[in-house]
Amino acid sequence: MDKETLLRWYRQMVLIRTFEQKCSELYQQGKIGGFLHLYIGQEAIAVGTINARKESDHLITAYRDHAHAIMAGTDVKYLMAEMLGKATGISKGRGGSMHLADVSKNYWGGYGIVGGHVPLGVGIALAEQYKGTDSAVLCYMGDGSTNIGYFHEALNLAGVWDLPVVFIVENNQYGMGTAVDRASAVPTMVEKAAAYGMKGKKVDGMNVFEVYNATEKALQAVRKGKAPQFLEMITYRFEGHSMGDPLRYRTKEEVHKWQETDPIGILEKRILDEVHATKEEMDALDEEVKLEIAAAVQFAEESPFPELDTLFDHIYANPK
Amino acid sequence: MPKITMRQAITDALREEMHRDETVFIMGQEVGMWGGTYAVTRGFYDEFGAKRIRDTPISEMAIGGAAAGAAMNGLRPIAEFMTINFAFLALDAIINHAAKVHYMFGGQMKCPVVFRAPGGGGRQLGATHSHTPDVIFAHFPGLKVVSPATAYDAKGLLKSAIRDDDPVMFIEHHTLYQIRDEVPEEEYLVPIGQSDVKREGTDVTIVGYAQGLQVALDAAAKLAEEGISAEVVDLRTLRPLDMGPVLKSFQKTFRAVIVEEGYRSFGIGAEIAARLQEEGFDYLDAPIKRVAQYEVPLPYSRQLEQSALINVDRVIKAVKEVL
Repeated sequence: MDKETLLRWYRQMVLIRTFEQKCSELYQQGKIGGFLHLYIGQEAIAVGTINARKESDHLITAYRDHAHAIMAGTDVKYLMAEMLGKATGISKGRGGSMHLADVSKNYWGGYGIVGGHVPLGVGIALAEQYKGTDSAVLCYMGDGSTNIGYFHEALNLAGVWDLPVVFIVENNQYGMGTAVDRASAVPTMVEKAAAYGMKGKKVDGMNVFEVYNATEKALQAVRKGKAPQFLEMITYRFEGHSMGDPLRYRTKEEVHKWQETDPIGILEKRILDEVHATKEEMDALDEEVKLEIAAAVQFAEESPFPELDTLFDHIYANPK
Repeated sequence: MPKITMRQAITDALREEMHRDETVFIMGQEVGMWGGTYAVTRGFYDEFGAKRIRDTPISEMAIGGAAAGAAMNGLRPIAEFMTINFAFLALDAIINHAAKVHYMFGGQMKCPVVFRAPGGGGRQLGATHSHTPDVIFAHFPGLKVVSPATAYDAKGLLKSAIRDDDPVMFIEHHTLYQIRDEVPEEEYLVPIGQSDVKREGTDVTIVGYAQGLQVALDAAAKLAEEGISAEVVDLRTLRPLDMGPVLKSFQKTFRAVIVEEGYRSFGIGAEIAARLQEEGFDYLDAPIKRVAQYEVPLPYSRQLEQSALINVDRVIKAVKEVL
């Protein structure tokens, strides 16, 4: 990896984290409502996987979706506006935090029903197979969702129809407040994939290089016809499941231990050691990101809320 | 004009739309090699091949969700649930996903999927296989729900549903598959969201759809022998509901009976009755009656089951109560 690429990846991870931190602030100020699920600690997965995709590959995920939207390429100002429920938001203020999407970037959202998006991702892949393209779907989900019926039905369908999906389980050790081994009879996700004909690969989700390499290989396999693929990425969320999580189910010691493998820290160390970027160069990127986020917040705050008479718009694509 | 069965009309609609538009395809259990458990897609597997006629595993959640996903990404899937009772398993995919994605992402994507399913009771299939749960689907914005009573309407509505850019629940009735009526050989569409007066009359308005409509027509014929002139209005579409012809009829007759095969409580009739008294209050000359299935899980034993279902005698009795 050359210096330019690594600095770009670093900036992307910092952009995600700064966006998430800003959202946390805005939520506490009452400017973001509903549910807010932060991605802090998991940045290497969104950055590593999406940098490995072609633009024609599709992305779909659950509700911890801000990072995927940022990496899909949407300007953060439209994402921040959506968080605030403004008319200029990427989903016109109708979706909010859990329902970001940018179809122009082949990012299909942002879904609140656990596992509900997994068969959607399989269907998107079905359409690519039907059309005879070599595009794939990166279908992200959490460890908790591997126990819901949707997971089993969708993986089985993808397996029996050889659909071009790369299933990516972001295993952050907890489904909401329930640790993986309290929820899953088989706590290793790759073993569950085997039930559907997929030989899964377990990846260190804190290491963006491992993530990138595994995704690249998986996409190559899909395009060679060895579909579908399954990646289990071991990661950790440093914040709660969502805002207001009293965090009674894990210890501060555990969190600190995982913070020692902060994915941004891992990448920063590699950059400083291997491509000899300077701390000043990296601090400059941090500053740039701060300004970008500040501008996004300003855009969002200055944007109007949706007009009330637009309430009934977009119920149907084809109104009578 | 030739008379064909509703089954044939549905088959013809599917075949014609498959030929017309390469993005249309069919998925569901036993739609391919078996030829469809109600024979609707017999011959399709040989005619169209495995890419476009897809036998699925028994996975309603995945059938619903994958059909919605394929529709989001540019295809026009027709997903069949072997019976509407099995669609309960896919309610989240239909209601929470297919019906929501256009709205909640600000209009960025459409979901032009058709979910087809036969429902209804009367064949001794037992409690879990005999529902008419249409009202559940009719309740949710973002979904379109149609249920034809004639072969003519079935063909025209199904074509409209397939060409519609929104998710459509196309509810068939297994005892209506063999009814016959005149269907043109030339292409025609029946618009979604339009009720239809099936029989003109002056003394009472009978509102129905699907199986209920056929029972209403039979009842109207019998009532005519006694000199009672019933006007029968076919809803055809449950959502979006077209009250126009219903109100127009009510303004002529001042009395209404609603016939549905679903349960009475919180049913389609409840909605029609509410709308009639809201929008046609000045025309009310009698309480509005609802003829519906008795509220009991449908039993197996033949006569017991029949006694729970709607029939001509119950409709006639209700009409006489409002006159």
